[in-house]
Amino acid sequence: MMPQLQENKTDKVMTKNSVYSVYPKKVKFQITIIFAIVFSIYFYSLRETEADFLEFFSELNLIFEKLLRMFPPEWSYIQAAIDPLIETIQIAVVATTFSVLICIPMSLLSANTIVKNKYLYQTFRNIMNILRTMPDILLATIFVSFFGIGIVPGILALTIFSLGLLAKLLSETIETIDPRQMEAIRSTGGNIIQVIWYGVVPQVLPNFISYGLYVFELNVRASLVLGFVGAGGIGSIIDTQLNFMQYQKVMAVLILLLVAVIVIETISNALRRRVV
Amino acid sequence: MITFNDVSLVYPNGTQGLKNINVEINEGEFVVIVGLSGAGKSTFIRSVNRMVTPTDGELLVNGENIIPKKGKELRKLRTSVGMIFQNYNLVNRSSVIKNTISGRLGHTGTIRSVFNLYPKADKKLAFENLKRVHMEEKIYNRADELSGGQQQRVSIARVLTQEPSIILADEPVASLDPPTSHQVMTYLRRVNKEDNITTIVNLHFIDMAMEYADRIIGMRDGEIVFDGLVNEVEEKTFEQIYNRPIREEDLRGSENDASASGE
Repeated sequence: MMPQLQENKTDKVMTKNSVYSVYPKKVKFQITIIFAIVFSIYFYSLRETEADFLEFFSELNLIFEKLLRMFPPEWSYIQAAIDPLIETIQIAVVATTFSVLICIPMSLLSANTIVKNKYLYQTFRNIMNILRTMPDILLATIFVSFFGIGIVPGILALTIFSLGLLAKLLSETIETIDPRQMEAIRSTGGNIIQVIWYGVVPQVLPNFISYGLYVFELNVRASLVLGFVGAGGIGSIIDTQLNFMQYQKVMAVLILLLVAVIVIETISNALRRRVV
Repeated sequence: MITFNDVSLVYPNGTQGLKNINVEINEGEFVVIVGLSGAGKSTFIRSVNRMVTPTDGELLVNGENIIPKKGKELRKLRTSVGMIFQNYNLVNRSSVIKNTISGRLGHTGTIRSVFNLYPKADKKLAFENLKRVHMEEKIYNRADELSGGQQQRVSIARVLTQEPSIILADEPVASLDPPTSHQVMTYLRRVNKEDNITTIVNLHFIDMAMEYADRIIGMRDGEIVFDGLVNEVEEKTFEQIYNRPIREEDLRGSENDASASGE
């Protein structure tokens, strides 16, 4: 009975518009308008910033010329790059560890399945949002001015940056747990820590490990960029060599880096697949 | 002993869960609460271990008014009142034994429980209780690998491990098929008789209520509309409680009668 009723109704709509279309007319119109607006913003920005794509193509040979100066890579320089690479990985490891530890209480306090007090919950949500609005490179620049050049500002900047990200991901996972499993632990007379440990942790642990590894990958790449503002690691030597226009050395470092990043991400991906 | 003195409960959204409930449940009784969904059965049961808080009246459990309890006092109450849920509410990713031993949480220090440092006697108790519900061969299986009936049996073991004086069961068989429902009710009944644990069960299946209860309490719109021993109950009583003729969906069917399943 019901399907037939519905069919009749659709029939009516179709005959009224006298066209057979997958989307209603109104939606089509809206999408067209949105596309038009986006395109006009593109062209306006290109004009205002005087970016010229034709120039890019006409000077393609210049770009190739510069690229060619990077070859052959100066392999002997890899020797000198190993230590800074290790330093980069160390920065990422330490920063990830700190942020993983700090994010646990943070994310519990900003999950509405755990914290029932609206004001407390909102306060921690806001702190987390503020953390995430600060770009890592800005944090690094500020910390370099406080602590001087070295790995400490790198570690601090990445800790804060990945804390915002991790706490956000974890708190949202905690908000999607099955509250009934938690309720059962509560009904046995367990206190809040026992309820979290027995009722929440088993539900979020695989995701938590996965996020930790993902943030570690991000931190390896980010610590590289931070080297450019003096926060230690392999980024610092790339910056130096670029300034001296030692492109062959830069290329050697880049290849070393590529290999390192691929190795780290392969291991981390394999681990992540195993836990989820 | 559980005594409700003029207990009412209004939820924050204005729904009246309980209206002036006055009832006394004696030690060792097996009470089944019947009523349609929304009649206040769950609210009634959940008031006893304070998963919900009555807004008015006095609710005595073992001689103490439990309504003002909070914090440590409340957790102590909950250790002595075990609860079984419609959806079993086992922690899916944890093992059967871990779920069972979590019944000891209220008796165990935080640090000890976090590092699984339970006294030997507690571990033995958990294992013995799994044996009672015939789940001893699955102790290291993850809870979500079990069937519904098996999960409900583990949740009975969890409750027994609490060593409670009262067991509350909120629609324990609503998600199960008829044979498994009878099995679970039989375990609850046996525990009630052997350990003399006061048991309150919410059911909406009339035939099951008649088969297992000592006493039946009927609820409608947050009020008790019937209270009597099982031999005082007849079909007309249920029609009064439900305020409509009895239908086939109100029956679970017998142990061997899979076709009469209400699902």
